[in-house]
Amino acid sequence: MEQAAEAQEKRSTERLAAIVEALIFVADEPIPTKLLAEILEEDRDAVEAAVESLTSRYNERKSGLQVRAIAGGWQISTRTEYHEEVRQFLKTRPSAKLSLASLETLAVIAYKQPVTVPEILEIRGVQSASAIKTLLEKRLIITKGHKETVGRPMQYGTSKDFLIHFGLKDLTELPSIEDFEDLVQ
Amino acid sequence: METQQPEQFSFDFNTETAQIAAGAGDELRLQMGEFAGPLDLLLFLIRQEQANIFDIPIAKITDEYVRYIRLMKRLDISVAADFLVMAATLIEIKSKMLLPREISTEAEDEIEDPRKELVDRLLEYEKFKSAAEMLYERTTIEQAVFARGKIESDENNAEISATVFDLLTVFEKILHRHKEVVTMEIHREEVSLSDMIRNLKRRIFEELELNLVSFFEELHTKRELVTAFMAVLEIVRSESVKLMQRQTFGDIILKKV
Repeated sequence: MEQAAEAQEKRSTERLAAIVEALIFVADEPIPTKLLAEILEEDRDAVEAAVESLTSRYNERKSGLQVRAIAGGWQISTRTEYHEEVRQFLKTRPSAKLSLASLETLAVIAYKQPVTVPEILEIRGVQSASAIKTLLEKRLIITKGHKETVGRPMQYGTSKDFLIHFGLKDLTELPSIEDFEDLVQ
Repeated sequence: METQQPEQFSFDFNTETAQIAAGAGDELRLQMGEFAGPLDLLLFLIRQEQANIFDIPIAKITDEYVRYIRLMKRLDISVAADFLVMAATLIEIKSKMLLPREISTEAEDEIEDPRKELVDRLLEYEKFKSAAEMLYERTTIEQAVFARGKIESDENNAEISATVFDLLTVFEKILHRHKEVVTMEIHREEVSLSDMIRNLKRRIFEELELNLVSFFEELHTKRELVTAFMAVLEIVRSESVKLMQRQTFGDIILKKV
């Protein structure tokens, strides 16, 4: 055990960055700093320093890849600049966008969560049942239990997939809803 | 000073809704589809009139709004209903504004403008409309970013949490399979939900894990299946029992936490 501990102490930031890079690369989902620290038995600061050095190295050598903080974890992805070439290779087209109604419903859920259907109706002034169904199917929203009020309506909130889909680190990265007020007037 | 004309339009909900149900014309549906709801339409009309949102010319906007509603012959009914509710609200506000205000100099500030509630709703709605636009921009950017594709191996994602939708699909499949087997139901076996829950709990407790597909297959009648399905939903909701799949598209398993 002691030997192992010694070996770990010898891990330089450079080496740690390389290991972290490997783990981020194989992970199917954005991998959180905490998880990296647990697996590598390193402290968070060391892991954070390693990710930071990794990120800056990607940027310095103008790599086609980038290390991004997303949905509470780290992810390696292509850079936006090269989307045309990537798409050509993958033979994909931009996927169907959400409808205006779905986007509006999602915006209300994102900012007001946990929120019930009647509360969404109150803000949007229109029934949102089909939009909610679409969002559930796309797993952008999840149910968040019942609200303890008359009729015990179901409450909805955004999912981890929502953060990934919209490239958000966490919900606090969303601009404050009050910021939109200035645009309105 | 608003021109005090008598009601310029009559709005009969009976004929109006009937027209919406009976009307035809797909180009109208396309045209109206741009509005996400009555508040959206209202904002558009206010902008079109270049009116100040804090001082909406309610008579004019109401007329415009109703004119638009008349155009909406073929929208699906539930949307149309929400648009009609707004028309009613507008007409109510308009009529309130036509009534002479109480003449009292002191209490002037306390008399609320009939438009206030609507303006508040519009302002609140517009914030979320902007937020929706922001989300739209974000997806556009995000669609230009590609992460490594998923490694297709079941070992890597051993436990996929099954959703109610997955559960329903399984249930449908089993019901379908049962259709093919002709069974003779001679006497009705009454299985109560509470018996089924007790039975299911005992099984999970004893076996720790229970394959839902094989559990459903042990049952014979549709009635039993439906009761069992309800029992599963109830147990998952109220007990510390987890639904999971060992692999993508695999059988759903009930597991004690």
